[in-house]
Amino acid sequence: MGLTGQFEANFITTTVDNAVNWARKGSLWPLTFGLACCAIEMMAAVASRYDIDRFGAGIFRGSPRQSDLMIVAGTVCRRMAPVIRKVYDQMPEPKYVISMGSCATSGNIYNSYAVVQGVDRFVPVDIYVPGCPPTPEALLEGILRLQDQIMKKKVFVAA
Amino acid sequence: MNIPIGMENGESHSIAQAIQKTYPDFYIGATLFRGDLSVHIKKAGILFVAQFLRDDPALDFDYPIHISSVDDMVSSSTARGRNQTTFEDRFEMVYELFSIRKKHQVRIKTRVSERDCTIDSVTAIWKGANYQEREVYDMMGIKFNNHPELKRILLPDEYTEGYPLRKNFPVEGRGWRDTFEFLDQDGTPSADGTATADGTPSAK
Repeated sequence: MGLTGQFEANFITTTVDNAVNWARKGSLWPLTFGLACCAIEMMAAVASRYDIDRFGAGIFRGSPRQSDLMIVAGTVCRRMAPVIRKVYDQMPEPKYVISMGSCATSGNIYNSYAVVQGVDRFVPVDIYVPGCPPTPEALLEGILRLQDQIMKKKVFVAA
Repeated sequence: MNIPIGMENGESHSIAQAIQKTYPDFYIGATLFRGDLSVHIKKAGILFVAQFLRDDPALDFDYPIHISSVDDMVSSSTARGRNQTTFEDRFEMVYELFSIRKKHQVRIKTRVSERDCTIDSVTAIWKGANYQEREVYDMMGIKFNNHPELKRILLPDEYTEGYPLRKNFPVEGRGWRDTFEFLDQDGTPSADGTATADGTPSAK
């Protein structure tokens, strides 16, 4: 940045991409979406001990229309699949998906006629958080990795 | 009746004797396992025995705790010989009954064959049997005569792969779990939900 350091105090120079991405990553609005035991760890991550709000992702919304992050926390049964897809389609862009835990990622041990072998079979997933269930720290790590990804986006260039 | 190893003969139990005395034609035998009584009866007698168990003041079974089924299909012929299980007595219905006033419990078991995979519904005797029999129908495919609403309860109505709890059903199913009718044919998300997921506005 050739302009850096050429102005008085109270001025910074940055790119539009950087500014927009910085704003986006610090204001993630997760969707309340717990499917199984992983949701308990997700709740723990929200509560005071781990405090997901430190990363700007603390306000879980009850409506997909007010969210931009879906944390799929738990086993995805086949009958739940169209609901997940519909909820995902209702979220406004830009939107992100975290697959939390082994079940949402691959079906885990549930090699069953009724369990979808990974939520990425019908929604695109940005971050996979391993664990059974992942600890709240692991989920926070997933949020941080997602924020890293967001910072690398090109906002105003058609990809 | 053969008493399996580890179980005791329960025919001296008062509830077993009451059933045997009232319906000797339907009574097969009784077993005790750690104090739990199981009475085996013939399929044709399920309605009579159920009615008797509910209405007899000394028995007073007013609460069907659990109604379930067992698939005893044995795949290898050697095992079939050992267990004496043929397709004629492939399925077993298990009725777990409780009396809230008398505080006693009994398990009624009866065999259902594969060829005639039906049994009389006990919903007329216990209303609480309704959903439990529907679950047995859904998972095991045993049909209940005179059931008021015999249709699938857990799986979708349009599910066509069969009855998942049967032993000859593949664990991973027959493709339903990987079929998403809400996606396009090639498996990619449908056009509306263009899921780049990177937040990039499309070049429209």
